[in-house]
Amino acid sequence: MVGLVFAASQAVGLCSLAAQTNLPSRPAIAKPGNVYQSPATQAQQADDGANPAMLWVGQGEKLWSSTDAGDGKSCAGCHGDAVASMKGVATRYPQIDAKSGALLNLEGRINQCRTDRQHATPYAYESAPLLSLTAYITLQSRGMPRDVKIDGAAAAQFEAGRSFFVTRQGQLNLACTQCHDQSVGQKLRGDTISQGQSGGWPAYRFEWQTMGSLHRRLRACSLGVRAEQLPFGSPEYVALELYLAWRSQDLPLDAPGVRR
Amino acid sequence: MADTPHPTRISMPATAKRGDIIDIKTLIQHEMETGYRRDANGRVIPRDIVAHFEVRYLDEIIFAADTFAGVSANPYFAFSTIVGDSGPVTFTWTDLAGRKTVETRTLTVT
Amino acid sequence: MPQPSCTRILPTLSRRSVVAGATAAALTRSAWPAAAAFEDDGNATAAIAHIAAGREIKPGRVKLVLPELAENGNVVALSVEVESAMTATDFVKTIHIIAGQNPLAIIARYHLGPRSGRARVQSTIRLATTQTVTALAEMSDGTLWSGTMSVLVTLSACLDGG
Ligand code: HEC
Ligand code: HEC
Repeated sequence: MVGLVFAASQAVGLCSLAAQTNLPSRPAIAKPGNVYQSPATQAQQADDGANPAMLWVGQGEKLWSSTDAGDGKSCAGCHGDAVASMKGVATRYPQIDAKSGALLNLEGRINQCRTDRQHATPYAYESAPLLSLTAYITLQSRGMPRDVKIDGAAAAQFEAGRSFFVTRQGQLNLACTQCHDQSVGQKLRGDTISQGQSGGWPAYRFEWQTMGSLHRRLRACSLGVRAEQLPFGSPEYVALELYLAWRSQDLPLDAPGVRR
Repeated sequence: MADTPHPTRISMPATAKRGDIIDIKTLIQHEMETGYRRDANGRVIPRDIVAHFEVRYLDEIIFAADTFAGVSANPYFAFSTIVGDSGPVTFTWTDLAGRKTVETRTLTVT
Repeated sequence: MPQPSCTRILPTLSRRSVVAGATAAALTRSAWPAAAAFEDDGNATAAIAHIAAGREIKPGRVKLVLPELAENGNVVALSVEVESAMTATDFVKTIHIIAGQNPLAIIARYHLGPRSGRARVQSTIRLATTQTVTALAEMSDGTLWSGTMSVLVTLSACLDGG
């Protein structure tokens, strides 16, 4: 294990400690995460008949019309056909909730409808129903660019996310930007470091042999640098998610992705 | 034994011409627990896999597979068939305990 | 709550291959040490002999395609295609997929028939380590044909349990 950590820090040691700017920045040419996967993995993502994540999408579609929850009112009961009503919705998350002022990601919004409108218990983060609904709703924005607000009430959260992205963390003392801006294309533990774009999530990951949320991916990156893994849905990760969404702004959403 | 259907996804054309060769793709949500892993307490996690998959088109078997622990989680199969008459295509996945997941699609010949 | 990914890795990896994999993972593809690549075929010979039951196995007619480098042994895309007329009297009956370095050499048997139209199957398989995979096709006339493909498996380094 120690050898591996050493190897990992060596591999990343190649990235220079560029002067940290205080300005948000995006990769000059944005590239989606799947172009850093093998041709076989890319083919699996491109074919809905072969992409295992589509099993979760199918479950989400079923849940959308399910009347099992609290009041017996399904999502469809209020929102109608998701293909129309949820088109473009995922491009606008995370966003500030007008009522509470909190920054909500899509998972947070779905659970708000669960509790406030269906009067049911919220889904656990990373549970099959929450992953399925998130994947199903995100699919309705396939091919659409991100459209998040980073000013006004969201400005402070955006800054928190940006600052998280450029701050060195963990025993390996690495910031997100050192891998996902400065070491893009390099090999690390058999992976190829991508730009850390978020538009392919939720995704099916071979290593997990299942579907996972963006926060599960972020927890893996936190652990990778031996930093504290924040809880699923934590405000820090949601703020980071906002920064990532803005950083992916030029890329069409292509979730659900398939990853190593 | 009560059947507990697993979510599936089947991709195939709804209509086709007689004599055409069509491609069929299937996925089933199943962990394919190998039986080689141990839990946190060191106990072997029992093997739980899809052991057999069978596809019938108008009651004739067009594709079948015997599957073992070396098949990936959420098993995927793509295969083909020659279009004959209109009729049902039935997909049956059976696990080691004999529990079945069954799905049917109709192929209409134009 | 998801399990840490390390518990999800096939546990039968030899210490030798884990160490080799860890080193290899730090290298780029082109720098992969050729000598460390392929080990003996483990249980493959026995599994193949069992299927053949004394019959001759001819190399050819079977095109097995797997990635030369698998990013993760949990999901390796497989495509197998057999040259055959696929008529009522001349068709592929069964295709066996064998990986001798897996804990169980037999991965799957695909059964086809005249109604299959085309002898081609695609799937995803698990490979415990770098090895040569064999596809053995049994024809309706009882003859056996084989194709192989060698795959370098980049092992999971067990670093991220998120
Ligand atoms: C030591 C290098 C390293 C650091 C530091 C790191 N990551 Fe990662 N990250 C990876 C690797 C390796 C992957 C998997 C391959 C890939 O897609 O880049 C990954 C994947 C990702 C992905 C998924 C990309 C996709 O399309 O699937 C996102 C998003 C991401 N990281 C965000 C972050 C954030 C945010 C941070 C800071 C908290 C961070 N990473 C820190 C190495 C790193
Ligand atoms: C009782 C009616 C009702 C039910 C049931 C309901 N919702 Fe909602 N939902 C709403 C209302 C009202 C809004 C707010 C609409 C707005 O402000 O634009 C909303 C907003 C949303 C949004 C955000 C839309 C946007 O444009 O940002 C999502 C996503 C959503 N709901 C998902 C769901 C899901 C998933 C379910 C089922 C688990 C569900 N809802 C059940 C009434 C409902």
